[in-house]
Amino acid sequence: MDPAQSFLFPNELHITWTVMIVLYPYITGMVAGAFIVSSFYHVFGMEKLKPIARFALVSSFAFLMFATVPLLNHLGKPERALNIILTPNFNSAMSGFGFIYMAYMIIVFLEIWFSYRIDFIEKYEKSHGIVKFIYKIIILGITNDNDNTRRYDKKIVVVLGGIGIPVACILHGYVGFLFGSIKANLWWSTPLMFIIFIFSAIVSGLAVLLFLYLFIHWRRDKTISQDSIDLMAKWLWGFMIIAVTLELMEILSISYERTEKWAILSKLINKELKFSYVYMQIGVFSIVPFLLLTITSLFKSLNNKVRNFLIWFSSGLLLLQVLFMRWNVVIGGQLVSKSMRGFTEYFPGYFDKEGLLVSFLIIITPFILLRYFDKIFPFFGAKKLAE
Amino acid sequence: MEKMERRKFLKLGIYSGAGLLVGSFYAFSNKEKSPDVKKYEDLLQYDWGFIVDTTRCIGCGACVRACKIENDVPDSFFRTWVERYEISDKEVVRVDSPNGAIESFKKNNFSGDVVKAFFVPKLCNHCVNSACTQVCPVGASFHSPDGVVLIDKKHCVGCGYCVQACPYGCRYIDHRKGTADKCTLCYHRISKGESPACVNACPRNARLYGNLKDPKSQIRKILHKRRYGLLKPDLGTNPKCYYIGLDMEVK
Repeated sequence: MDPAQSFLFPNELHITWTVMIVLYPYITGMVAGAFIVSSFYHVFGMEKLKPIARFALVSSFAFLMFATVPLLNHLGKPERALNIILTPNFNSAMSGFGFIYMAYMIIVFLEIWFSYRIDFIEKYEKSHGIVKFIYKIIILGITNDNDNTRRYDKKIVVVLGGIGIPVACILHGYVGFLFGSIKANLWWSTPLMFIIFIFSAIVSGLAVLLFLYLFIHWRRDKTISQDSIDLMAKWLWGFMIIAVTLELMEILSISYERTEKWAILSKLINKELKFSYVYMQIGVFSIVPFLLLTITSLFKSLNNKVRNFLIWFSSGLLLLQVLFMRWNVVIGGQLVSKSMRGFTEYFPGYFDKEGLLVSFLIIITPFILLRYFDKIFPFFGAKKLAE
Repeated sequence: MEKMERRKFLKLGIYSGAGLLVGSFYAFSNKEKSPDVKKYEDLLQYDWGFIVDTTRCIGCGACVRACKIENDVPDSFFRTWVERYEISDKEVVRVDSPNGAIESFKKNNFSGDVVKAFFVPKLCNHCVNSACTQVCPVGASFHSPDGVVLIDKKHCVGCGYCVQACPYGCRYIDHRKGTADKCTLCYHRISKGESPACVNACPRNARLYGNLKDPKSQIRKILHKRRYGLLKPDLGTNPKCYYIGLDMEVK
C-alpha cells in the first residue's frame, strides 16, 4: 500500500494485545492437546498409548498451571483478575474463562490424583520423616489399596477423562471463539476460528509430547516404545493436515468471495505477514514437517533411529508452526486498521514487561516444572497405571 | 452481683453496637453528594444522541483540544479526533488525522488537484447494541439509564477485549491507570445540563447532542429534516451518533 494512502485510526497506533496474548492460546493449546492424547488411553483404552498417557496428563497439568501467567502479566489491573469470577457478564464470551479454566483444573488435578494414587501410597510407605508426612497429606491419609480400590480408581479416571475431553475442547475452542466472535476484526471474525484452534491445539499437544518423550528417552538412554511413537506420529501427521487445510480453506474462501475485506486482507497476507505467515508458518513449518511425517508414516522400511529423529524434528517444527500460527492470528489481526485503510506495526521489545525475554521465561517455565514433576509423579516408571 | 454484671455488659454491648452503626452510617455516607443528582426514573426520560454535521466541520481541531483538557486524555490516545478525506482528480483517496488533528491540519496530502475534500469528526457512537459492553467480561462497561456507554474504572480489569470489539477504534487502554477509557459524552457535564466539551468548543456547530426521547428536541428535529448516515451500519451496532452528509469513503 502506498504509505501516503494508508490510514490508521489514531487509537490504533499501538496494538492492545501483545505477545502475552499470543502465548496464552499457545500454552492452553498444549494443555488441551496433551489431555486429549492422555484420554485416548484412559477413556478409549488405546493400549498403544499407555506408555505416554500419564506423561501426557502431567504435562497438561504443568502447562495449565502457567497458562494464566501471560494473561495476568498483560492485564491492566491484575489485582482485579478475580472480578471475572465474582461479577461475570455472561453476555461476554470471555466471562466463561474463569469457570471453564477452574473446571478443567479440577478435572486434571483429580485425574492425576486417581491415576497416581497407588504410586503415592507406595512412596508414602517407603519414605520417612517430613517426606512421609507430605505424602500422607497428598494421599489424604488413606492407604487403602486392593483390587476393589484399583477398580474404583480406574472407573473414576475413565469418567474424569470422559468429562475432560469435551471440557478440553471447550477450553481451547472457546479461546478460538474469543477471537472468532469479534466482528470488528476482519482477520479474526470467522466461525471457523474455534475449529481451527481445536485442531491446532491437538497438533501442538501431540507435537510437544512426541518432542519431550523422544528427548527424555534419548537423554536417559531408555527403550523407546516404538508402537506408541509411530501411532502418535501418524496422528500428528493427520491432525496437522486437517489444521493446515482448514486454515488455507479459510483464506481461500475469503479470497474467492472477494468481499470488501479481501482488499485489505490480501495486503496483510502478501506484505505484513509475508514472512511470518507465508514463509514461516505455511512454508518452513508446515510443508517441511508434512513431508517428513509423510515419509515416517508411509515408509515402513525406514530405520527406527532415523524415523524417530525425523519424527522428533518434525514435532519441533510443528511446535514452532503453532507458535507462528498464534502470532499470525493474534498480532496479524490487530495490525489491520479498522478503517480498512492501513496497517500498524508491532515489535514486542526485548526486555519490556511484555517483551521477548519475559515471553521466553514464561514458555520455558512449564518445561522446567515438568522436569521436577517427574520426581513426584514418575512418568515413565516401571509402575503400572491404575488398572 | 453476677446479674448486675451481665446487665452492665449487655448495656455496654447495645450502646457500642448502636454507636458503631451510627458511626458507620456517618463514615460510609457520601458526604459530597450533590443535591441535584437525578434519580434512576428521571434518567430514563433521556436517551442521549449525537449529531456530527460533516458538511460544517472545518477541521480546526478545537474539539480535540477541548476534550483532551476536559477529560485528561493521555498523549497519543483520543476520545475524539478529526479525519481529513481528500480525493484527487484521479479518484485516489487519502485520509489522515495527524495526532488526532489536535493541532489541526497543516498542508494538503496531494500536490496535484484535489476535487473533493472534507473533514469527519469521530467519537464514541454510544451504540444501542454496543459490541464493547457485550464483550466486557466483568460488566465494567455498561449503558447508563440515559443511554450513554460508560466504563466503571473501579471495576475494569484492563483486559482490552472492549478495545478489540469496538469497530470504530474509539476505545483505548489508559496505561496510566491500567483501565479502558473512551468518550463519556462528557457525562459529568451533560448530567448537569451543560453541553459536552467538544460541542462547546466547536466554532461551526458541527457537533450537536440532545435527547432522542424528547420529540421536541433539536436533535430530533434535525434528524427529521436532514439525511444522515451511520458508521458501519452492517455490523448491527446501531450507533446513536448520526453523521450528516456522510461520504461512502468514511468507514
